[in-house]
Amino acid sequence: MTSNPRVVPTIVLVGHGMVGQRFLEALAERGLTATHRVVVLCEEPRPAYDRVQLTSYFSGRTPEELSLTDAAFITDHGIELYVGDPAETIDRATKTVTARSGLTVEYDTLVLATGSYPFVPPVPGKDSDGCFVYRTIEDLLAIEAYAGSRATTGAVVGGGLLGLEAAGALKGLGLATHIVEFAPRLMPVQVDEGGGAALLRTIEDMGLTVHTGTGTQEILAGADGAVTGMKLSDGSELATDIVVFSAGVRPRDQLARDCGLTVGERGGITVDDRCRTVADPHVFAIGECALASDGRVYGLVAPGYEQAETAAAAIAADESDQPTFTGADLSTKLKLLGVDVASFGDAHGTAEDCLDVVYSDARAGLYKKLVIARDGTLLGGILIGDADAYGTLRAFTGSVPPVAPESLVLPAGAGESVQLGPSALPDEAIVCSCHNVSKGTIRGAVTDHSCATVPEVKKCTKAGTGCGSCVKVLGQLVTAELEASGVEVDKGLCGCFTQTREELYEIVLALRINSYQDLLDRYGREGARGGDGCEVCKPTVASVIASLAPTIGASGYVLDGEQASLQDSNDHFLANLQKNGSYSVVPRIPGGEITPEKLIVIGEVARDFGLYTKITGGQRIDLFGARVEQLPLIWARLVDAGFESGHAYGKALRTVKSCVGQTWCRYGVQDSVRMAIDLELRYRGLRSPHKLKSAVSGCARECAEAQSKDFGVIATASGWNLYVGGNGGATPRHADLLAQDLSDAELVRLIDRFLMFYIRTADRLERTSVWLERLPGGLDHVRDVVVEDSLGICEELESLMAAHVANYADEWATTINDPEKLGRFVSFVNAPDTPDPVVGFVPERDQIKPDLPLLTIGHRPLEGSAQR
Amino acid sequence: MTLAPETTDLKVQLRLDTDWFTICDLTALAPGRGVAALLPDGSQVALFRDRNGTLYAIDNRDPFSGAAVLSRGLTGTHQDRPFVASPLLKQRFDLISGRCLDDESVRVATYEVRAR
Ligand code: SRM
Ligand SMILES: Cc1cc2nc3c(=O)[nH]c(=O)nc-3n(C[C@H](O)[C@H](O)[C@H](O)COP(=O)(O)OP(=O)(O)OC[C@H]3O[C@@H](n4cnc5c(N)ncnc54)[C@H](O)[C@@H]3O)c2cc1C
Ligand code: SF4
Ligand code: FES
Repeated sequence: MTSNPRVVPTIVLVGHGMVGQRFLEALAERGLTATHRVVVLCEEPRPAYDRVQLTSYFSGRTPEELSLTDAAFITDHGIELYVGDPAETIDRATKTVTARSGLTVEYDTLVLATGSYPFVPPVPGKDSDGCFVYRTIEDLLAIEAYAGSRATTGAVVGGGLLGLEAAGALKGLGLATHIVEFAPRLMPVQVDEGGGAALLRTIEDMGLTVHTGTGTQEILAGADGAVTGMKLSDGSELATDIVVFSAGVRPRDQLARDCGLTVGERGGITVDDRCRTVADPHVFAIGECALASDGRVYGLVAPGYEQAETAAAAIAADESDQPTFTGADLSTKLKLLGVDVASFGDAHGTAEDCLDVVYSDARAGLYKKLVIARDGTLLGGILIGDADAYGTLRAFTGSVPPVAPESLVLPAGAGESVQLGPSALPDEAIVCSCHNVSKGTIRGAVTDHSCATVPEVKKCTKAGTGCGSCVKVLGQLVTAELEASGVEVDKGLCGCFTQTREELYEIVLALRINSYQDLLDRYGREGARGGDGCEVCKPTVASVIASLAPTIGASGYVLDGEQASLQDSNDHFLANLQKNGSYSVVPRIPGGEITPEKLIVIGEVARDFGLYTKITGGQRIDLFGARVEQLPLIWARLVDAGFESGHAYGKALRTVKSCVGQTWCRYGVQDSVRMAIDLELRYRGLRSPHKLKSAVSGCARECAEAQSKDFGVIATASGWNLYVGGNGGATPRHADLLAQDLSDAELVRLIDRFLMFYIRTADRLERTSVWLERLPGGLDHVRDVVVEDSLGICEELESLMAAHVANYADEWATTINDPEKLGRFVSFVNAPDTPDPVVGFVPERDQIKPDLPLLTIGHRPLEGSAQR
Repeated sequence: MTLAPETTDLKVQLRLDTDWFTICDLTALAPGRGVAALLPDGSQVALFRDRNGTLYAIDNRDPFSGAAVLSRGLTGTHQDRPFVASPLLKQRFDLISGRCLDDESVRVATYEVRAR
């Protein structure tokens, strides 16, 4: 089968990976997709995706979100993309490529972007079940499926960049993870000995086991052929259920070899500085399969992108713009297992006569090295643990920085440290090395192309759309440039208000405004007055009104009058919406203490309504799968048994966890359970900029994990220590000690002040951890305000809290006693007795789970979004 | 479609082909929030009323998640046009055209609606 006769010249691309996709974009930018037929053979079952971010799958990114290709791009440019159909043979005499499906395409120009394959060392047992490589989404799904059914331990062979990525994946699957590396340190290519030591320490602290200087001799398998362990070169055996090989990659050049193209001694398709193969002027090779004219194969995405541009320019034969690729910088900044690792320029100091400037703090997992020439020129460096300065330092490489080099690597707060802003960079400095964008180009985007935000600058210049490591510097440059050109940077809450949340709070408090419409019509932006507001400011103002309700004369009940229309969807139904439109119910269990009678009631309610029941991470019980019309019936039973709303749906106090404490525990020095219950009852119902969590531990062993909470309390022999600004979640932060050895009354008073000061000054959706770091002066400032009363506002803060405590009422009890409010809890306004037909459930492990196929009912393919 | 908010006894009606289908009392719609209604063919519609009393009706199904929840989203005005934000993943839909403001390729059905 030969596809359509050719009318226009044809470009065939083999391989639709990261570099292949960049090449297609470069063709489109140069208008070549309009003048050429473009055919793409893609081996994987999906179009190009972000391989660099593969491991982010374990932090919730779906394969769809990893995609680099939008369907509109392919259709709009008339590109013929054959997914799941690899090229099998190339015939250079007839200039044809034949794919597995039998499709044969004649080309005028052929571009190979076949990437590389993971190298698997020839150790015995390497083909056992449970041995994997880690390169594609399919590899990742296979590892996940295998691990899910049987594995508790995993081992990675190879401690380089990709090995650490793979270890991150195994850790993400919850496996006890080992890394086996032959070299004496981790990431031997990128970092030196000192950097390797800092990295090792941090990674071991995360609970991974690292075996350096150790080879893998054999993979051991059981009778069923599944991996059971591995034999190491030191003679020891390591028990493991999964082995992931990550011992380097090799260029995929077989297709090229088979058709007689020249390949290098150690692999890679030999190309010239225009990325044209040396053997055939009609064939190009780019990305990880190419052996560049400097004799190297580049295993990073940025050089590949540069090659893609080079090849596209050569094909366009644009005389005015003929870039060449003669080698690239191997600078990289990565977040491996959550640790920042960056190396740039001459990181190993190979230049003659160069000097090192090193700052190292093994305890904090920090290692920073700069390589400097005799004349002060910055040649390169390595940053482990904190790579914030990477963007600026990389851009200074090759020049003499305007400040002493040692000041650039000292941590913030260590006296001499200097934050060298990007304003000090010369215009020629390359800020984005993925797309080779200079500072001058970025400034031009702001001044000449009137880009006013980072997303606009990204779109205009492509800067920041590769590895993303330059986005921070980009943001600083955009703000600096806007300010310099006299544009006021809009710090407003949203399209409706120019004020920040803090400013709106002050207005509401000072003028006692208790209506959102009133606030919008008087203080909103010109065009927003008289309108309906938006989904950002409505809940924000609702929260401000709720936390000040008694003081400003608003109702303390969040579903009263206008307030009901402002609440986020979850607050509006006083429950948490789940993916299929059903709700979850979380009754408050103060301090995690519960009587057997109450436990039985929860069990009975869950059984009678058929709810999925799970213990949460917050020491209470979540009941899932309630239909909206069941919520009042469920709560009638719960309220009757003495339960109250747990506010799991609100930006409000969630839980105060406790440990068992002095009453039972042999180490306890205070009654942590009682204190946790007191605090939870005091602050329940308090609406705040983001959710609030707390915990109380009975001694320094800290079983309640108080130091990961917004406010955490740890018992001492003589009272309580108060910690603030802790956070779990995606960016964990240890809380800071605010005050020590407090009496009960002192503790409560300080927490009252702290919380009210936070509620007053934080941005919307800003946890205490982020707020504390953002506030000028940080912890010291907060201590001045709430302990020393430097602003003289403590009395007001305390009285605001007292008003909240005095006015608290359980919102579920109020709701079930209000027939008008109950009318809202139906699936359909015109059929109150009919349940939503797409909310259905199927059994799993003796309980229920959402019936997701039901959600596809009524699905219509949408125009323009079809994928070929 | 605009009417005096004080008027009582009015019914909300939706146009289905050529007929007007009566859904509920106008008072069942709180300004700034939505409700869902069931149509004779089993499909669902989300009805909204803004602060000026104007009514809007779109398909209740959130095309991104498949769940029938758009009626429970927060509403607002963006460049003088009314929208609702899905309560699940927060994509916004224009209440007049049904277009998704955050993804040009997506659109939900809209209905003609009146109160009388
Ligand atoms: C139910 C629960 C998981 C569980 O089954 O254990 C849970 C479930 C959710 N968490 Fe959580 N988190 C739960 C404990 C936690 C914990 C552990 C804890 O509280 O001790 C944490 C880390 C501690 C922390 O917050 O600092 C936690 C950190 C998060 C985060 C990240 C917050 C951050 O600052 O990074 C989010 C996302 C957010 O808030 O933006 C989140 C968001 C959510 C949401 C609201 C996601 C959503 O929008 O649907 C989930 C809603 C639950 C529901 O529908 O009922 N959840 N979540 C836990 C409920 C605890 C409770 O009793 O109220
Ligand atoms: C987990 C992981 C993390 C990484 N992290 C980083 C990082 O932080 N920074 C960085 O710079 N780089 C990183 N890399 C490397 C980066 O992903 C590669 O440099 C980049 O993907 C190379 O692009 P490419 O297009 O040359 O190859 P690929 O993206 O591998 O694409 C090649 C494609 O060609 C296809 N193909 C092969 N043969 C055929 C055929 N005969 N017919 C049709 N199709 C074929 C393959 O299936 C593949 O889809 C990482 C890689 C991995 C696996
Ligand atoms: S924190 Fe101390 S008192 Fe509380 S349970 Fe742990 S060891 Fe016991
Ligand atoms: S340096 Fe990678 S995106 Fe800018």
